[in-house]
Amino acid sequence: MDATAAKFLGAGLACLGMGLAAIGVGNIFGNFLSGALRNPSAADGQFARAFIGAALAEGLGIFALVVALVLLFVA
Amino acid sequence: MTIDPIHQFQVQRYVELLHVSGVSFSFTNSAAFMVGIVAAIFFFLTYATRGRTLVPGRMQSVAEMSYEFIAKMVRDSAGTEGMIFFPFVFSLFMFVFVANVIGLVPYTFTITAHIVVTAVLALMVIGTVIIYGFVRHGTHFLHLFVPSGVPSFLLPFVVLIEVVSFLSRPISLSLRLFANMLAGHIALKVFAFFVVGLASAGVAGMFGAVLPFAMIVALTALELLVAVLQAYVFAVLTSIYLNDAVHPGH
Repeated sequence: MDATAAKFLGAGLACLGMGLAAIGVGNIFGNFLSGALRNPSAADGQFARAFIGAALAEGLGIFALVVALVLLFVA
Repeated sequence: MTIDPIHQFQVQRYVELLHVSGVSFSFTNSAAFMVGIVAAIFFFLTYATRGRTLVPGRMQSVAEMSYEFIAKMVRDSAGTEGMIFFPFVFSLFMFVFVANVIGLVPYTFTITAHIVVTAVLALMVIGTVIIYGFVRHGTHFLHLFVPSGVPSFLLPFVVLIEVVSFLSRPISLSLRLFANMLAGHIALKVFAFFVVGLASAGVAGMFGAVLPFAMIVALTALELLVAVLQAYVFAVLTSIYLNDAVHPGH
């Protein structure tokens, strides 16, 4: 296979990781929302924690994006 | 017209200050924006709090709300002892927040979309955690890596995982902010090129260009949310990491 083609394929495959991170972020906010609907009075206190969890899950997807960007523009 | 969504991130040299053995120290557009951001924060906060009235006006309310927002965040995650880091976290939050929001204005330069800027910010945070942790607690700071109540045969692995997770913190802290801003601005410019490309294709293209233009409006709103959220996440994670320096060993 051509090296450039392999690079673009690798960048595309790295983007799969971003989709998986999206599942994780969706899980966090979905569970937060279902918990918040059950007990709305406790929701405000856990709001920051939901965002921290989302930020940590998103960070792993960001690593996949960085792999794709490095393949496209640096390597 | 060439399509180059990366062009917006180019660092341009304004004045070369010093040239030492092949390394050039210059005043660039990046440096100009940093100076502008710090000046904007300084003048806003001094102007807003000049009256110091008991019943705050509009400007003073904004200044007080941002102060109390960060103060509550630091107190919640790092405790009352962690409040000595309040000026640090507040400066970091305001700097990242204003940099992100100013970067959304067309034709401006987004300094937080450069990994060198975010990496320095993250290294400052982790450096503060390590130095303050060792100065305040001595070798007791290392209990951070040894959670209590772990079976002894698992302990080496747990310590290894804790050390790796501690070392990956500055990487993830800097990459998160950098990649969020970079990806958002690239997406905005890609849709902007769709508008230009379609509109130059004739009358039918003009009507077609409405769709990507609407997308730009929606994306700009999303980017404003991301800009505020990432500044918030950066400050929250900073105060959580500083909590480790104040209270090691959980």
